[in-house]
Amino acid sequence: MLSIKNLHASVEGTPILRGINLEVKAGEVHAIMGPNGSGKSTLASVLAGREEYEVTEGEVIFKGKELLEMAPEDRAREGVFLAFQYPVEIPGVSSTNFLRTALNQVREYRGQEPLDAVKFLSLMKEKMALVEIDQKLLSRSLNEGFSGGEKKRNEIFQMAMLEPTLSILDETDSGLDIDALRIVSNGVNKLKSDQTATIVVTHYQRLLDYIVPDYVHVLYKGRIVKSGTKELALELEEKGYDWIKEEVDSATV
Amino acid sequence: MSKDNQILEELTSKEYEHGWSVNYETDEAPAGLNEDIIRWISAKKEEPEWLLEWRLKAFRTWLNMAEPSWANVTYPKIDLQALKYYSAPKQAKKTKSLNEVDPELIAIYERLGISLNEQKRLQGIAVDAVLDSVSVATTFKDTLGKLGIVFCSFSEAVKEHPELVKKYLGSVVPMTDNYYAALNSAVFSDGSFCYIPKGVRCPMELSTYFRINAANTGQFERTLIVAEESSYVSYLEGCTAPQRDENQLHAAVVEIYAAAHAEVKYSTVQNWFPGDKEGKGGIYNFVTKRGICEGDHSKISWTQVETGSAVTWKYPSCILKGDHSIGEFYSVAVTNNYQQADTGTKMIHIGKNTKSRIVSKGISAGKSQNSYRGQVQVMKRADNARNFSQCDSLLMGDRCGAHTFPYIDINNPSAKVEHEATTSKIGEDQIFYCNQRGIATEDAVALIVNGYAKEVLNQLPMEFAVEAQKLLALTLEGSVG
Ligand SMILES: Nc1ncnc2c1ncn2[C@@H]1O[C@H](COP(=O)(O)OP(=O)(O)OP(=O)(O)O)[C@@H](O)[C@H]1O
Ligand SMILES: [Mg+2]
Repeated sequence: MLSIKNLHASVEGTPILRGINLEVKAGEVHAIMGPNGSGKSTLASVLAGREEYEVTEGEVIFKGKELLEMAPEDRAREGVFLAFQYPVEIPGVSSTNFLRTALNQVREYRGQEPLDAVKFLSLMKEKMALVEIDQKLLSRSLNEGFSGGEKKRNEIFQMAMLEPTLSILDETDSGLDIDALRIVSNGVNKLKSDQTATIVVTHYQRLLDYIVPDYVHVLYKGRIVKSGTKELALELEEKGYDWIKEEVDSATV
Repeated sequence: MSKDNQILEELTSKEYEHGWSVNYETDEAPAGLNEDIIRWISAKKEEPEWLLEWRLKAFRTWLNMAEPSWANVTYPKIDLQALKYYSAPKQAKKTKSLNEVDPELIAIYERLGISLNEQKRLQGIAVDAVLDSVSVATTFKDTLGKLGIVFCSFSEAVKEHPELVKKYLGSVVPMTDNYYAALNSAVFSDGSFCYIPKGVRCPMELSTYFRINAANTGQFERTLIVAEESSYVSYLEGCTAPQRDENQLHAAVVEIYAAAHAEVKYSTVQNWFPGDKEGKGGIYNFVTKRGICEGDHSKISWTQVETGSAVTWKYPSCILKGDHSIGEFYSVAVTNNYQQADTGTKMIHIGKNTKSRIVSKGISAGKSQNSYRGQVQVMKRADNARNFSQCDSLLMGDRCGAHTFPYIDINNPSAKVEHEATTSKIGEDQIFYCNQRGIATEDAVALIVNGYAKEVLNQLPMEFAVEAQKLLALTLEGSVG
């Protein structure tokens, strides 16, 4: 589904991603871990099409198409979803209104009829139940004054509404309380199918207890320096990153 | 050319939707401004002697006045002698019913999406349509008449309700108030008149649509709204003009009178031609709007959505004379390309326990300049006066300007005046967030801007809120790459 080859990207001339290679197939869950500042959010942003990041080398094929050639909105319409590490506030725009605009643009791109208000509402109800989000939250301005956990839950609610093929969750677990973590993870699991894939960026094993990864990758200094199965995450939880950093740093010197 | 610029180019080439003009036979005054022209207009309209005298007095005062220069706008000097001060479509002299209105004129309004045909009218909205200098048709007259409500063209009011016109004309905006108000008083041609009798709640929105069609014509309408004790009316004004290379002058006067316990809501969706993207052409919109809360517990509320005009100079104001009276001003002013707007309000607290509320949302894009100018004045005897002002500016891009000029003048120690102001830039991260959910940039901007202006848009009657939202989006098309 997703094939990243030798991806390099920089911000204002500073290279951040320095040769990422990653293959994600339909039905898979990939976890990306790594120390702060290693480039995890950057990778997510580059895949989603954020303009500040300049791709200097490499290619990304998503469902047979050149992802990097597409406008950010078209990537979304093709099925790429990014649950933001820091969701943005939009004053005066309710989640409901926002999502209706989004969903209908996505549907139009896919050649589907726009949903009328009644159908949209019933879809909302269904997805709200999935992530146990409160209706009241959705009639408020998007993310404005939401608690950290509420913002994250709202991201997954949006994901549920838009039914993406590739979901990238950037530290969705941070800010969630213990119950919310379980609820949100269950939501993500229910949305999984053999047609979709998920990339979870996280620092903690506890999320991976719920969303069990097929592969775990460690990102360090803009490269994937180690890949393994879910046991790798357990090992990291226990030992930290120092041993990997040492391995990498001594090899490059 | 970068991809951004390409998109920008493509989108800003979108033309002003109402930029067409129609040829019809007109009855015009010769160009020029002098006493003879004023006599000509007055005679054409078969006005009584007192009104001609009133006009001439205004004209003589105006001759000694200077054009104001304090507004934060620049434009070349207007040659007032080159303008025509009267232009009327030629048609059967007096029209008693819509059936007698020239179908071509009805078609002009149909093209604007305004149906004058009573069968197909917007539900519950009475319309007075003003084309160039004269009122073409007023719908729903009979329905309103049964309640004692007068809603007609100004000329008609002069003929049929001279005592009312005489009593209130110039009572809120004196003929000598300012340069443009004096000019208007001298040469005004038509406009709307509205009278709501004591205790009557007007059951529908009253609406006036102004359209300038003829070239080289100034439009000087005069609107007068009188709300007697315990009455209520909601009034809406919309405006468009054809796209022309030369600038056209529009200098209107609106007066509102509210007796005790009366409430008047006045909403404007202003969409005069703003000029092209190089800043050529467009309407100069120099308007004086003022309401007086004469009686106790009266209320006047101004809501304006300003998207058009090349230069706007406009400060809808409230004189809060009655005790416990309330004045409100809700404004969204958008400027793009080379537009300039200097707009705001004046709240003058005279009575005790008077309250005012100002919510101004400026949006500037392109190379435009957008100024808020507001005055809150609390007089000596206005015990416990309250004012709250919120002035927000939203900038799109870095070639535009937003300015705020608040003036506060307090002469009573019990007054409470609060002023809040913010300036923000439309965030790249907000747009990206929308993009990431599948929303195209244009629509993202519309969404964000409408969210920003929501508090004001919420004040508009439903149908017009929708229209205003579309207009905001249209005005800002291409302002973010
Ligand atoms: N817009 C930017 N301008 C300058 N530097 C940036 C920008 N975005 C990212 N960086 C830098 O790139 C590096 C990678 O950042 P990134 O956010 O991708 O890290 P991360 O792996 O997600 O970290 P964390 O675990 O803390 O979320 C950091 O050093 C960061 O400061
Ligand atoms: Mg991060």
